[in-house]
Parts: sequence; C-alpha cells; structure tokens
Amino acid sequence: MQLTPLEVKKIATLARLSLSEEETQSYAEQLTAIFGYVEMLNEVDTEGVEETCQVTGLQDVVREDIVVDCDEETKKQLVEAFSDKKGQLLQVKGVFSAE
Amino acid sequence: MKQLHTLTIVEARKGLDAKEFTSVELTTACLNRIKERNGEINAFITVTEELALEEAKKADEIIARGEQQMLTGIPFGVKDAICTKGVRSTASAKILDNYVPSFDATVIARIRAQGAVLVGKQNCDAFGHGASNENSMYGPVRNPHDTTKVSGGSSGGSAAAVADGMCLFSIAEDTGGSIRQPAAFCGLAGLRPSYGRNSRYGIMPMASSLDTVGPIARTSEDIAILMEIMAGVDPLDATTVPVETPLYTDEVKSQMLNVKGLRVGIPKEYFELEGLDPEIRAALEQSMETLKAAGATLVDISLPHTKYAIPTYYIVVPSEDSSNLGRIDSIRYGAQTAHDDLYGAYANSRRDGFPNEVKRRIMIGTYALSAGYYDAYYRKAQKVRTKIRQDFDTVFGAQVDVILTPTTPTPAFGVGEKSNDPLAMYLADVFVSPSALAGLPSLSVPVGKTSSGLPIGAQLIGPMMGESVVLFLGHQLQNI
Repeated sequence: MQLTPLEVKKIATLARLSLSEEETQSYAEQLTAIFGYVEMLNEVDTEGVEETCQVTGLQDVVREDIVVDCDEETKKQLVEAFSDKKGQLLQVKGVFSAE
Repeated sequence: MKQLHTLTIVEARKGLDAKEFTSVELTTACLNRIKERNGEINAFITVTEELALEEAKKADEIIARGEQQMLTGIPFGVKDAICTKGVRSTASAKILDNYVPSFDATVIARIRAQGAVLVGKQNCDAFGHGASNENSMYGPVRNPHDTTKVSGGSSGGSAAAVADGMCLFSIAEDTGGSIRQPAAFCGLAGLRPSYGRNSRYGIMPMASSLDTVGPIARTSEDIAILMEIMAGVDPLDATTVPVETPLYTDEVKSQMLNVKGLRVGIPKEYFELEGLDPEIRAALEQSMETLKAAGATLVDISLPHTKYAIPTYYIVVPSEDSSNLGRIDSIRYGAQTAHDDLYGAYANSRRDGFPNEVKRRIMIGTYALSAGYYDAYYRKAQKVRTKIRQDFDTVFGAQVDVILTPTTPTPAFGVGEKSNDPLAMYLADVFVSPSALAGLPSLSVPVGKTSSGLPIGAQLIGPMMGESVVLFLGHQLQNI
C-alpha cells in the first residue's frame, strides 16, 4: 500500500493538523512503511475471534448522575486557563462562519 | 552512612524516624543534586523548590509529633503527563507549556496525603509517545550511567531522576513499556500494574484501553510500599477494579510466598529473538540459575503470538492516541497560535504545539480509524490482541505462576541513534508491549550490568491482579 501526499493532506485535515509540504512528504513515506509493516497481522487467522476492547471484564459501571460543585478557587483556575475569554465565558471564533 | 540522595524509601523512613536527619535535609540533598546535574541530565522540566522546602518543613513537624505515615517527608517526582494541582504539567509538549491543573491525579493525591514532598515534574516523551525520551519538546533526557545514551522512554525523566539521586521515587505512566523500559535502562525497579489496579484519573490519556500509572524506585520493596498507597478503586475512574489491595509490603518480606516450588515460565519467543544482546541473555541466564538454586522450577513455555505484539500495538495505540488527543485543541487550555478561524485555531496550535512523533501517531490513528479502513486495521488488531491475551491465559495457572523475560533486547542506545527511524524505535518495546496489550502486571528489576557499565533489566510478568508474585520475586532477585 502506498499513501500519496494528497491522502496525507486529507487525513491531516480530518485530524486538524496543519502540515508543511516537507512534513506531508515525509509522513507519506513513513506511514507507507508503517502500514506496510503491520500487514503482517494478516498472517494471523482471526476468524471467529472476539475483539479485545477491554481487559478487566467489568460491565456496566454506573454511578448516580449528580452535580458536584467545585470551589471558587478551582473555578477561577479553570477560567484563567481559557485561551480567550469574555468575562467568565470562553470565547471562540464562529463555528459556522468559515469554510 | 550512605549519602542522603542515594537512599531507598525504606532507608529514608528509618533515618527520618530515628531523627538521624530531617526531611528538609533530605529534600535539600535532592534539590542540590538537581541543581548540580539537571543541566546535563535534563530529567526535570519544572523544579518546585520553594513548595518542596515548605512541604518538607511541614513533614518534619508531623514527624516531631509522631504522626508520620510511610511516605511523610520523602522527596519524589512526577512525570509531566500526570496532573499536579497548581504545578505546571506540560506532558513535554509546547501546546501545554502554560497548563496548570486545578487538581491532583488520584494517585498523586494519595501520595501527597501521606506527606510526601514533590520536588518537580519530569521530562518524558511528549504525551508518552516514545521509547527514548527524544520526542520531548524540552530536549532529550540523558542516561546517568552514560550521558551519551538515552534514558529510555517514555518516562525517561522519571527513571533518570531516581537513578541520579534527584528524588527517591517517581510516579510515571506505562502504556506499552514506558515505566519498565526506562527503569531497565537506568538500573531501577519499575512496575506496570494490572490494568484497573490504579486509578488513572488525572493521567493525561494516551491509549485508554492500555494506560496504567505506576512507580519507579530503587527496589521492589519500595515499589510494594508505593503500590499499597496508590492502588484501589476510585469513583473518578470507572475502570478501577473493586478488589481489596493486598498487603504488598508484608508479602514481599515475609514467608507468605516461597520461591521453592514457584513455577517460572521462560518463553522461547523472547530468548530466540534475533538481536537479543548476548550480555543481556547471559544476565538472564544467571537470574534463572539463581531462582533454580533457590528452589524455583523453570518451565519452558511458548507465547506464539509474541511477534505480532508490536504491529498490534502500533495500530491500537495510535488509534486511541488520535482520539484522545482530539481534546488537546488549545481552546479551553493550552498555548494557542494566531489564527483566522476556528479551524486555524485547532490546526495551527496543534502544528506548533505537538512534536513529530505525536503528529505521526495522530496521522496513523486517524487513517486507521477512518471509514473503510477501520475493519482492516483497528478491528483486526483488536482481534490479534485477543490471540496475544490467550497466549498468556493458556500458560498462567496451568503451567506457570510467573514469567521471566529480558525487559529490553539491548541496553540503552545512543542519543540520536534511532530518532530518524520510527520503526526501529518501536521495536525497542518488543518485550514490554505483549503484557501491556494483555493488561498484565509486569515489573522490571535490575539484574546486572554490561561490560561497558550499562544496566540490564529482567521483566517479571504475572497473571491479572498478580502484583504480589512479581513484587515478591523481584525482591528475591534483588536480594538473593
């Protein structure tokens, strides 16, 4: 399998990553090598084998859906961490404004 | 007397309780070590000197009142991919350069509640992605045993810091070897606990179905002490398993367990690997002889899917990495790059704030999970993962009680030696990824050095929730 720079660009867009031309080229080569290497998984017969999605065997771990308030200091720290804000509110660029 | 910064937790506890030295003196010894050596070793990204001395003073007051617990006054460090309240936690990526968590990870809260003294946050491969600590945006960590060599990774700073006497123990994270491999490279004990044994709340998630948090220290006995404090169910992490935490410290020292009659599995796939360093093989053979002489039975076993662990790992983990890293978007916290629109806020900040390996994994994962490829890659890998688990299930109980392997195929390699070859780097984890995929507890303990003075690690793998047997045997290997 050969990944093209065009495919790499498409994946980067999906992943919200801005890549340079140089990176696009080198990821095309490296991803081709890595996906080529993992082809060896096809040697394993997995007919009828369940996937391993977790290893503890725990099922349906539930808790009460209750609101736990945090202290003022924590709230202040959370708001301070916002990259952009208006008062206590998180500010971002419009979601639907750009294409 | 030994120099303060070289003590084990057990030795430091005795000295503090006997008033031979104070926590302020012990902490100062570690801080001095950091001042002298961190410029070269680069184990710490953030040093919390003022906070540490304040906590040490408080610890001395607690000890004076006779109210101390096991870790009161003991200096420790924390991998920077673990959240610490009020102390910057970067995960070694510039995108979190300014991130100060408003909470402690559960395991850190438990350790600090004992009065342990936080001396700083440790360098690692960014977000835990790597096996050499060269994927840090704060520079590589150098191995204290030979500074031309890597410390191992991803928890390289955590291992190098203990090896160099900058703290007495570290708390780190192991997804596919990130505690054990650097512990082996730096001559220390490091435990990846069973998945579900320790709470991961506050650990920056990497691959959620594999991530664990565990300790690095000088001895298995110190590891046992730390596990007793860290382990146990946490309502903030629904994957923690509600089982009683064993009294590891008693088990390690007492006669509750016995080497005599213990069945130790020797998996041929690990020892037949092409590229296994002859000096490492010899050290492991010595360990086998030691165990045999102490009455253990060595059992030749086969784990036939071992060679598929690395390709499985490098589909499953980047896939989960790419999902988890979606939250690192520079919006609610983190460093944001100039942008014109929302897409630019994400894409530019992630471009500038992630190192190469993180981007590479996001790309691998996004591709493997994308429509049309999910079945061929992620689902296939999760099925092969089942085969790898079944290998272990087949031997545990029926044939063996514990498995002995080398931790790494080679001793610490040179800084820069593999950094341009991602596949070669991935193969450094060949012995540590299979048990990680199966969720099993695995301990690396030092079992000698190469002729050039580099540490060699042996890995003990136990059955699910079987920390007791690996800690016990690790202690025996370090003390027989």
